[in-house]
Amino acid sequence: MNADAGEVMTIVAARHLRDAKVCFIGVGRPSTAAILAREVHNPDLVLVYESGTIGAKPFRIPLSIGDGELAQTADAVVSVPEMFNYWVQPGRLDVAFLGAAQIDRFGNLNSTVIGDYDHPKVRLPGGGGAPEIAAACGEVVVIAPHSPRTFVERLDFVTSVGFGDGPGARERLGFRGRGPTTIITDLGVLEPDPETKELTLTQLHEGVEADRVREATGWPLAVAAEPRRTEPPSDRELGALRELTSR
Amino acid sequence: MGSRSERAQPVTLSNGVAELVRDGDSVALEGFTHLIPFAAGHEVVRQGRRDLELIRMTPDLLYDQLIGMGCARRLVFSYGGNPGVGSLHRFRDAVENGWPHAIEVEEHSHAGMANRYTAGASDLPFAVMRGYRGNDLVGRTRVATVTCPFTGEELAAVPALRPDVAIVHAQEADKRGNVQLWGIPGVQKEAVLAARRSLVTVERIVDELELRPGGVVIPGWVIDAVAEAPGGSQPSYSHGLTERNNDFYRRWDEISREREGFRAWMEEHVVGRVAAG
Repeated sequence: MNADAGEVMTIVAARHLRDAKVCFIGVGRPSTAAILAREVHNPDLVLVYESGTIGAKPFRIPLSIGDGELAQTADAVVSVPEMFNYWVQPGRLDVAFLGAAQIDRFGNLNSTVIGDYDHPKVRLPGGGGAPEIAAACGEVVVIAPHSPRTFVERLDFVTSVGFGDGPGARERLGFRGRGPTTIITDLGVLEPDPETKELTLTQLHEGVEADRVREATGWPLAVAAEPRRTEPPSDRELGALRELTSR
Repeated sequence: MGSRSERAQPVTLSNGVAELVRDGDSVALEGFTHLIPFAAGHEVVRQGRRDLELIRMTPDLLYDQLIGMGCARRLVFSYGGNPGVGSLHRFRDAVENGWPHAIEVEEHSHAGMANRYTAGASDLPFAVMRGYRGNDLVGRTRVATVTCPFTGEELAAVPALRPDVAIVHAQEADKRGNVQLWGIPGVQKEAVLAARRSLVTVERIVDELELRPGGVVIPGWVIDAVAEAPGGSQPSYSHGLTERNNDFYRRWDEISREREGFRAWMEEHVVGRVAAG
């Protein structure tokens, strides 16, 4: 069985949720990864969707955060004010997935505009839940395709803060969550350096070497002395993912 | 504030919109992916309302349509994408190219918008929360800093949302205009209570509300008007009664991509149709 790049990202993300208790998700790959994690690694993982469904157990991958099955299978369905004030803000959610059109070397994210805010070249959807999630949730995981268009030297707009301008920024801003711990791409995995907080290549997927990742990054990428090699998807993981996607 | 009348007035959808929504109003048509009041929104388009300040946490297809049809002067929102599919092309066209005309944008986060509605429903001038720090929205939207008088912590203050009109959709109302909705509650109750006037559209009118677990009841005496509108949330959905039309959400990407195709679709499916009820 040969996994494609997208499947590898999903499977790596699912592995990251092995020991998590509560995971906050939007749609797309993170949702698939979290549902896969429940099936293969961590059946007790609690899924929380931004729509207010706490403990959702969907059989099919939802298209939107508000799909009926999420409400149907949830342990509790709460209002949006409750979701953000009682659950996100106090840091009750261990892991949150966020998406972005642009990511910088400190894991700050842009999902607002490409170009100038008042006259943008591209008006992106905007922050939604992301800004407060990035501040308050235990840790943030991002899944993104690795290209110089995405991994940029300077964001056109800071939608959600990762490590701000470097060490000490999160503390100065009063953010209680640990920030972005893991960026999963189609080439490998980046993690923040414990001291500099700069995203560093720490893991390479099968068949990928560090130079290719450097070329795909819009800043001089820090690379770990000995990056790990991603364990290839097992038959069980890949089989479960494909079965899940086909439902 | 006091209650507005003894009970919600039963109206037809077209009369309800005609009486409650005026040009230039600030209008919140809420429903967080669920119970989005499409039928009411389409009636707003049909009646040619203009210069509206459209308020919705997630504009969704509904405001994509209203913006594309030129109803909006201003948009207040926190996430303007087609959930799970991609861009809202009409929203983007208005912001990027000023088509059909330029719109003002006031952008927030979900947490901010949710708290703004809560403050409005509470008749308070602002809500306090932890947020709006370190990101680029801070200098570009309506937010302020307050210091906790007890602990000294610096917090964000977001101004209350007080729409002129709120319109929401629910599964049912009884004959006295008491409304029950269930499934994902979003910010609908808050929007109705924050607004100066409100219209609730419902799938069905029943003799008695059968209270159900997780159901949210809004008493008729805080609602101005109730209109029966079966299927009134389609292509969104009314939990337990209709299904979300995910296929249509996907197809909207193509339908709305070009201006001419969008207009033709709206003429055929919205403008050219009569409101049910």
